[in-house]
Amino acid sequence: MPTVDLGVVPIRELNATLHALKPDSNETHWNVLNPRGKHAIAVGLDIPVTVEIEGSVGYYCAGMNKHARIIVNGSAGQGLAENMMSGLVHVKGDASSAAGATACGGLLVIDGNASARCGISLRGLDIVVKGSVGHMTGFMAQAGNIVVLGDAGDALGDSIYEARIFVRGSVRGLGTDCVEKEMREEHKVLLRKLLDAAGLPETDVSSFRRYGSARKLYNFHIDNVGAY
Amino acid sequence: MCGIVGLFLKDASLEPRLGALLAGMLGTMCDRGPDSAGFAVYGDEAQGNVKLTLRLQKGISPDAVRRAVDEAAGTPVGVVSHGTHLVLSVPSDEEGAARAALSRLGSDVAVVGSGRRMEIFKEVGRPDAVAERFRLAQMSGTHGIGHTRMATESAVTTDGAHPFSTGADQCLVHNGSLSNHNTLRRELVREGLGFETENDSEVAAGYLTSKLRQGQSLKDALQSSLSDLDGFFTFVVGTEKGFAVLRDPIACKPAVMAETSRWVAFGTEYRALVDLPGIEEARVWEPEPATVYVWERA
Repeated sequence: MPTVDLGVVPIRELNATLHALKPDSNETHWNVLNPRGKHAIAVGLDIPVTVEIEGSVGYYCAGMNKHARIIVNGSAGQGLAENMMSGLVHVKGDASSAAGATACGGLLVIDGNASARCGISLRGLDIVVKGSVGHMTGFMAQAGNIVVLGDAGDALGDSIYEARIFVRGSVRGLGTDCVEKEMREEHKVLLRKLLDAAGLPETDVSSFRRYGSARKLYNFHIDNVGAY
Repeated sequence: MCGIVGLFLKDASLEPRLGALLAGMLGTMCDRGPDSAGFAVYGDEAQGNVKLTLRLQKGISPDAVRRAVDEAAGTPVGVVSHGTHLVLSVPSDEEGAARAALSRLGSDVAVVGSGRRMEIFKEVGRPDAVAERFRLAQMSGTHGIGHTRMATESAVTTDGAHPFSTGADQCLVHNGSLSNHNTLRRELVREGLGFETENDSEVAAGYLTSKLRQGQSLKDALQSSLSDLDGFFTFVVGTEKGFAVLRDPIACKPAVMAETSRWVAFGTEYRALVDLPGIEEARVWEPEPATVYVWERA
């Protein structure tokens, strides 16, 4: 199992090494030591390997991830798994703002809390936060799912498109055009799948509420013409 | 961008290491603000004295300043030289006379801060070099705050470097930009406050000074600023006994805090905190938007 010590090896070298891996590489589990809050660790991976990071990371960790499993045994700074395409990113601690921003696919699991703007402009990634999320979570989220086991901050799902948000705890406030929606059977099935994938088979789906778009911002209303 | 660091010690045995810890934190934030840097350290109190931190231009010698102040105060004043900065210890009741003598020396001398315990140092240049120049690592104290600046609202000058001090033992560092600072500055000037720069952050410092003068607590003064200041900000504020943090309601300027039984620390990024003793066991969290955090010494 290759080990890379970021106390010695520069980030660019780590990322270049991971980018150079061939799909048939036998080096499928990488350990990264001493991240010490550094930025852009394990970004742009495009290969089904596991990268396990021992400690807290800075900004943009696991950005653009494709196929890889990236595990952070610590907390993560801003822009975690930004624009992720597929694979798994699992943070054992908290995540700062804009976790999963603009991400298209895969699964992002945060064991602790995520702060503001989690899943902003989401485009297909599934996010499971075991703690709480900050304000403006799911802002302009287009596709994908955000599951929150704790509470949600202010302006949840502001200007949301077709992403779904499931919250088990309280919601401080809903953003513009975001409404609570009925939890139908199909949503329970989907939520069950997401919770199972996040390693939460015991969590009961019936304790969640679903939020999504009222779709009132989609089209121009002639009644609003005076506002322009 | 800008970087902020702050450290408030609860364990007195760490006080000799305050400067060294703060210097390490400041150095980590170099790439967030390579223009200029500054820091304030709350060190020993000189009984019956007030400390004046001065910044000298090339045109004047520390000796000339000392002689002018000695004469005005009618007694030899304490002088500690730190490169371009000079810290004078003047008997409290001679502060007015000392300041008058300093202003007679003209624009070669600027008073950057004053107080019973606070000393302020700031300069243009890379933050690690600035800290080195002032020997921050050798300083001791109970708390300190520092700033690395990437200028947006005013020029890259020493005057524009943080921390800003507008009252005795008070200082503020700011990451962000304020949009109503000109209006607010005019109001504060009418109240009798003086400003040295056109900088928005100095107005935030002046605003807090004004509220504290009106008898508000540090916590209440910061709470009021949420309604009166318009813009983006993360503030870290120092007073003689206090250390406070506030983020605006949108909280787009990053901030991380950590606390152990021995200290409380602030960093714009977690990177700034990784060398603090016991960080592995610290409670680490992101301060909530529009929420005032205050720690005060007994």
